[in-house]
Amino acid sequence: MTSCDLILCGETLTARASGALYWAAQRTLVVSDLHLGRSERIAREGGHIIPPYENTDTLERLESEINALNPTTIICLGDSFDDLGATASLTELETGWITRLQAGRKWVWVEGNHDPAPLDLGGTNTETLALTPLTFRHISTSTARGEISGHFHPKATIPTRGRGISRPCFLFDEHRLIMPAFGTYTGGMKVTREPLSGMFGRDAQVIITGKSARRFPLHSAASKRSKPSASSSG
Amino acid sequence: MNRLPPQIADWFTAKGWSPHPHQLDLLAQKDLPAQLLIAPTGGGKTLAGFLPTLTELTQPHEGLHTLYISPLKALAADIKRNLQSPIDEIGLQIRVEDRTGDTSATKKKRQRADPPHILLTTPESLALLLSYEDAPHIFKGLQRVVVDEIHALAESKRGDQLFLGLSRLQALCPDLRRVGLSATVDDPQAIAKLLAKNPDPCPILMADPGPNPIIRMLCTKTAPPWSGGGAKYAIKTVLEQVKRHKTTLIFHNTRAQAEIFFHNLWLMNHDSLPIGIHHGSLSRDQRERVEAAMVNGDLRAIVCTGSLDLGIDWGDVDLVIQIGAPKNVKRLVQRIGRANHRYNAPSKALLVPANRFEVVECVAALDAVKENDLDGDPRGPGPLDVLCQHILIRACSGPFLADELYQEIKTCGAYLDLTREDFDRCLDFTATGGYALRAYDQWKRLVNRDGHWQLRDSRSAQRIRMNIGTIQDSDLLKVRLRGRGGRPLGEVEEAFAAGLSQGDTFLIGGQIVAYEGLREMTVEVSRNASKKPKIAVFGGTKFATSIKLSHRILRMFQQDSWPDLPAHTAAWLHLQREVSQLPQPDRLLVETFPYDGNHHLCAYGFAGKNAQQTLGLLLTKRMEESGLHPLGFVSTDYATLIWGLDPVNDPAALFDADSLKDGLDGWLAGNAVMKRTFRTSATIAGLIERNLPSNRKTGRQATFSSDILYDTLQKYDPNHLMLDITHREAMKGLVDFNRIEEMLTRINGRIDRMTLDRVSPLAAPMFLEIGKVPIRGSADEALLDRYEDAALDEAGLS
Repeated sequence: MTSCDLILCGETLTARASGALYWAAQRTLVVSDLHLGRSERIAREGGHIIPPYENTDTLERLESEINALNPTTIICLGDSFDDLGATASLTELETGWITRLQAGRKWVWVEGNHDPAPLDLGGTNTETLALTPLTFRHISTSTARGEISGHFHPKATIPTRGRGISRPCFLFDEHRLIMPAFGTYTGGMKVTREPLSGMFGRDAQVIITGKSARRFPLHSAASKRSKPSASSSG
Repeated sequence: MNRLPPQIADWFTAKGWSPHPHQLDLLAQKDLPAQLLIAPTGGGKTLAGFLPTLTELTQPHEGLHTLYISPLKALAADIKRNLQSPIDEIGLQIRVEDRTGDTSATKKKRQRADPPHILLTTPESLALLLSYEDAPHIFKGLQRVVVDEIHALAESKRGDQLFLGLSRLQALCPDLRRVGLSATVDDPQAIAKLLAKNPDPCPILMADPGPNPIIRMLCTKTAPPWSGGGAKYAIKTVLEQVKRHKTTLIFHNTRAQAEIFFHNLWLMNHDSLPIGIHHGSLSRDQRERVEAAMVNGDLRAIVCTGSLDLGIDWGDVDLVIQIGAPKNVKRLVQRIGRANHRYNAPSKALLVPANRFEVVECVAALDAVKENDLDGDPRGPGPLDVLCQHILIRACSGPFLADELYQEIKTCGAYLDLTREDFDRCLDFTATGGYALRAYDQWKRLVNRDGHWQLRDSRSAQRIRMNIGTIQDSDLLKVRLRGRGGRPLGEVEEAFAAGLSQGDTFLIGGQIVAYEGLREMTVEVSRNASKKPKIAVFGGTKFATSIKLSHRILRMFQQDSWPDLPAHTAAWLHLQREVSQLPQPDRLLVETFPYDGNHHLCAYGFAGKNAQQTLGLLLTKRMEESGLHPLGFVSTDYATLIWGLDPVNDPAALFDADSLKDGLDGWLAGNAVMKRTFRTSATIAGLIERNLPSNRKTGRQATFSSDILYDTLQKYDPNHLMLDITHREAMKGLVDFNRIEEMLTRINGRIDRMTLDRVSPLAAPMFLEIGKVPIRGSADEALLDRYEDAALDEAGLS
């Protein structure tokens, strides 16, 4: 179960266990919220010096998805960088790596709230991208149809009998889809929390990612843990 | 030789008191560089510590003279009260002030500019003071440092931080003399070694221990349950005891137990005896109100936890009740000392076991007290995470030389054997993060200019100061009543709050409240009239029983009958023998039984918590390899309980030493025990900020768990210092594999397997243990498999 298909505005999309989305008909791979350069930003701002390996790890996982699917188009759905300064901090090795991944493919940087301007890297830059019938933007608008967005880093807790199992997830109904964050140094927002909890109706579903991609009705992920005492952490 | 100055001697006479011999002994030796006084609670310990100070301050003195350090804020405030009266009565011109997290910013600022003669503070506040550039001014003239309740500090990283701080202080004030005040302990020499500047000698003064305490188990008409921690069955008898005494302290091992007991107590308190509750999660306001009522003698009893454990003098306590097994004889003795705070009057205490197993534990503890057999585990060398924080604090106060700091640190008993290599690694870690790959300037926190290490950006001092301390409060959220200006009630752990849904009721500060919602990281609640809270209270601290106690218990199990035990508990042990077995030395009893939809295995090694914890890790590894989908385990000093999705049909095969060891390192590295330790150590060492896992301001999706940093380091920088520290610290809660091998050799295949169809009497208490270790292996996917089909079926989506 490395992937799980879903249908959005009549298009079949594949939610990957990696957190990437593949639109096979268009040979398009979508990833959201890479947050490259996060450790550099925290260090630069005088914070603590956390392990500077998130770019390597994120790019390695992205490369392995590209190798597995061989897409012609790659869409990075915003917050690809932790801030605009973070692009400047990439090592030559890392920029070279991105250039290599871009070679022979169409590459679109959708602007995010962390990186709201063109990047000094290959590929094109845009606020939204329309590929009929779908629209790609960083932050969801409430009324859009056929919209794919990121930003919120949704995660869901599945209340299995043994314990609640919490994983990053795709959150969607037949009109809209919110992607999980692909970046290594990213956390998640529970789908039961505002504002995510108010964005979808009862027919919404989630596909959790991680070791496997699995689909659940949103309400089953939102229901109370079946047995709180059985899990002491996690 | 009595060297009391006349005005102090007169004061004693006027009071009709005479100084205790140990008070005079300490005074006579006041010029020694270090002294340790061991005295029972109520032995005039604090006055002993301050007599030399008062004596010296009969002469004029400029600036700070004595620094007093205690583990509790409340204790500092209490000492201030108790010290002020003799100072006033003797007529000394001495300024005494306290300085803790509760002191106002204005006052703190003034104290730095114009320090009092005597400053009462905590290890964390001292570390903060030492981080200021004007530390040499603040401590100018300092003559003495008094460390109160040093036995409590010596057991934790707070002590390591304190002693490192003392080494800095000694460098600033070379003539500084150190005094430690300790309750009765098993190894005074070990504490003396921590207190003194190496290689200074530290003589130990032993005060007269006073009469033996009167201590017994409370007899109730109702038998305690097999399992359960509330001691609800005993409340009626406890209330009768409260009525018969003036003031009673009712100690609990955890805050949750204290809350539940307090709630149930009030339901049965038909005479409306004034009874309060006091623990560390209550709001300061609420704690202070209880403290004030206690001092005024307005309360007949206080339900409390360790927050009242240390030598606070709250007035006329004439009975101490310990609910739940004391787990640790040393702490029991210290708690008992709280009763009858008068020298030469025996303390009176009652033990109230919460279940039948605790009856056995209480009897073993009583025997140990009778034989004065105090327990204690030696602590290993000083932890490197605390050292890293110390280096950062040193950098905040100004440039330093690596050689000098290294020599200074080696004057601490705990860091006596610190190698230069470990020190240099810690220095490099604080300076650059210790990652080989990054040499750019923005990655440096410390830089070396002309041989002096200093902060690259002096503004980072602010951030370092905000993260000072070694106490790992799990993230706490404030609880307040909903509505404008709603009253704060206390705090709960974030993980507990996360599990609440609207309408859930829980206990805090003795009242039942209903969860309304989370607002700006405050839990909003409303009062609720229900009689019974729906959700258990927030988690609690975990206490290990000492190994000595567990050996006593194993010995008791070998008896044919138990005339010394209450009949209900003897019957319970006979039943265990009947349905299963009682554990025996040099054999290993392994019970398997189904419970609550999972398969359980309980292995009674009686090997101590660390060994049982290690055994839990090893057995779950084998179960994972055998496809048995283990879900988690929990360990006590006596046993390890494992639960999983599939039954273990051949337990003996799990214990094969060679297979146990294969792949052990990888399994350990991926385990929750390591990740928890990493989070603690990385926070102390300054790798992550305390607020990183749930940074409140930037919204949750922007922050991520420390587990991700741990996994990333494992993958890309496996030799990083932080992983080394994590391993060393985690091993303090585990044992080396060869200890397990020894155990298996001793057992030599004598594994007694009992297949039961239900929980055995002896296994029942295991289900209440906190500190469960989840196993995040193949069981998660198996659970998701089962749930996925059911959920999709139900939704008509399959």
